[in-house]
Amino acid sequence: MTRFVERHPAWALIVIIVIAVALWLIFAVWPQGLEDAIGRKRVFLNALFNGITLGGLYFLVASGFTLIFGLMRNVNLAHGSLYLFGGYVGYAISASTGSWVLSFIVAFILTALVGVLLQVLVFRRMEGQDLRQTMVTIGLSIVFADLMLWACGGDFYQIQTPNWLIGPVELPLVTAVKSSGEPVYLRYPLVRLVIFAASVVIGVAMWLALNRTRIGMIIRAGVDDRDILAATGVRIQLVFVGVFALGAGLAGIAGVVGGTFQSLSPGEDIRFLLASLVVVIVGGMGSIPGAALGALIIGLAEQLGSVYIPTYAIVVTFLIMVLVLAIRPQGLLARR
Amino acid sequence: MSLAHDARVTVRPTAAVQRSKLRGWPEIDNPAAWTVAAILLIMPLIANGFFLIEIFATTLILGIMALSLMFLAGYGGMVSLMQLTIAGFSAYMVAVFGVSGNANISLGWPWWLAVPMALALATIFGTLGGALAVRTEGIYTIMITLAIGAAFYYFTNQNWAIFNGHTGINTVATPHFWGVNWRADIPFYYIVLAVAALCYFAVDYISRAPFGLALQGVRDNPRRMAALGFNVNAHRVAAYAFASFVAALAGVLQVWNYRQISPGSVSVGACIDILIIAVVGGITRPVGPFIGALIFVLLRTFALDFLVKLGLDGNRFRLLIGLGFLAIVFWSSDGVIGLWQSWRHRQRFGAASSSGRRGQESGRESAQGSSHG
Repeated sequence: MTRFVERHPAWALIVIIVIAVALWLIFAVWPQGLEDAIGRKRVFLNALFNGITLGGLYFLVASGFTLIFGLMRNVNLAHGSLYLFGGYVGYAISASTGSWVLSFIVAFILTALVGVLLQVLVFRRMEGQDLRQTMVTIGLSIVFADLMLWACGGDFYQIQTPNWLIGPVELPLVTAVKSSGEPVYLRYPLVRLVIFAASVVIGVAMWLALNRTRIGMIIRAGVDDRDILAATGVRIQLVFVGVFALGAGLAGIAGVVGGTFQSLSPGEDIRFLLASLVVVIVGGMGSIPGAALGALIIGLAEQLGSVYIPTYAIVVTFLIMVLVLAIRPQGLLARR
Repeated sequence: MSLAHDARVTVRPTAAVQRSKLRGWPEIDNPAAWTVAAILLIMPLIANGFFLIEIFATTLILGIMALSLMFLAGYGGMVSLMQLTIAGFSAYMVAVFGVSGNANISLGWPWWLAVPMALALATIFGTLGGALAVRTEGIYTIMITLAIGAAFYYFTNQNWAIFNGHTGINTVATPHFWGVNWRADIPFYYIVLAVAALCYFAVDYISRAPFGLALQGVRDNPRRMAALGFNVNAHRVAAYAFASFVAALAGVLQVWNYRQISPGSVSVGACIDILIIAVVGGITRPVGPFIGALIFVLLRTFALDFLVKLGLDGNRFRLLIGLGFLAIVFWSSDGVIGLWQSWRHRQRFGAASSSGRRGQESGRESAQGSSHG
């Protein structure tokens, strides 16, 4: 942190100012002039929270994608299909058993299994051939998309939110002050907050696992140089299978999350593939903190964009990608 | 321009050696090529309107788009998924500047003004996208171009002022001059054939011109080319510019063919279809994309009847395409052309392997393989 400030004092200043303005916008009661200029504070806060929680969902999808890429140099363009598959499995489980938590577990296990099969049956045969692997994942995504369309049809599915998570909660953030001087607090759906908290927990757990455990050490070594790692006697194929299973399973979990607070339908796979592509391009390929930062930026840009400049929301996301590519082609938090 | 200058000075000795081997146009002494050309020319006598437009004209249009991808991927080593997006952009521009049913959007320019405008804008669009994509390398290119394609798709869906949202622009006017309706089946077929032939020979020519040879050098070893004094990025961006122009031509033909353009035509799935066409056909030679396009169009048109006849669900066309694509990627590094060549090689094993052409061909293939590895 201090090194960053020393090396880029101007950037650090800009970041501090942006954070200060954002904090003021969140916590202060907006003066009348500001409300006249850009609308009610409630709208802003809702968009902000939607953006942050959407960022949590994007992080779940993109972290698996970036993990798989970082270790195996495999651009898994079937990642969106794994997301949708997890969502459909979660829907089927929650519709038949009524248990939301169980649907997460089953979706994780089944998508992880698909990931293991893919790695063992397909990608192991063409190790080191980046382009061919990518082509295969494109073919697989087409096949998966059509199989899922066959099995589930073109309908929209939404996973039932469990009773204990339905309804809004009041947050200690003042949106406005009534004429009687009584403050109005922000009300926000509990389920989104819980999901966001869960994705933060998963992110922190992944970071800890990667940086504080032996397995994490092996994976990080593999990201840097997998040939030398294999030469030291680590069973690298086992590590590959494990990482692929974890990445795929995370996509499956994300599918259940997405099915709960949005909906599942054909075409969602492409949408989330695009989201994870942009997130990892912005954040930096193969970096978990990069995926978190990228997901937050893209989620916020999408939601704030759709509130304040509705026609050009997608262009904002795209412009961010262009800007990052122009300034730091390797991504914001990539090491190389 | 330093780019053209460098290419002329440094490549000449190698090009001179190559030229004796390549014998100018390789098609000239190939009887199969002459047969195909003759059949394509007299096609309107053989085929009825449905086959002429729905099969052959569509094949040629998709083939031109895939050709632009083949040029980038085969000679430049850059797999770009945005070629259809560039074609779609040019199609939209024809609809926006020209005459269409949506009078509040279209500017109503005559076609001979609208088409060059569309071509120029689409080429600029593609070149800018390419300039963005060459900032990174290898598989990153796929991701960035896919992101550009997807962003354009969502943008056309959301934007009503220029792109008319998800309904798109309908009843686009087609050219009508010299007393001929150029969208009538037979004239339109010949236009498409002429453009396809032009693009094919242009790509063929450039692949043997100094610029194309330098580009292939950049594909195989960018560092060495940079050390030799070539501007690697300038060559790549120039390749994108040329490929964008080819794709833009296909886009103009496409909007005339369907007389409408909507976000569905520039969807991510359609972008990937172009990649499938190029890879299934083979990305080492310009004829590959056209073969791939023919297979794709035939499958798309007849898979339904065929599957129903076999007692299967007719809607599983994309499954068939996906599985076929997977099979090709698994078993052949060079699509259908590669399969055909290895089959012929096995047929007359030993007898013909000493011929010069074959040796040069396999040399090119091994270079291709090493660049992928």
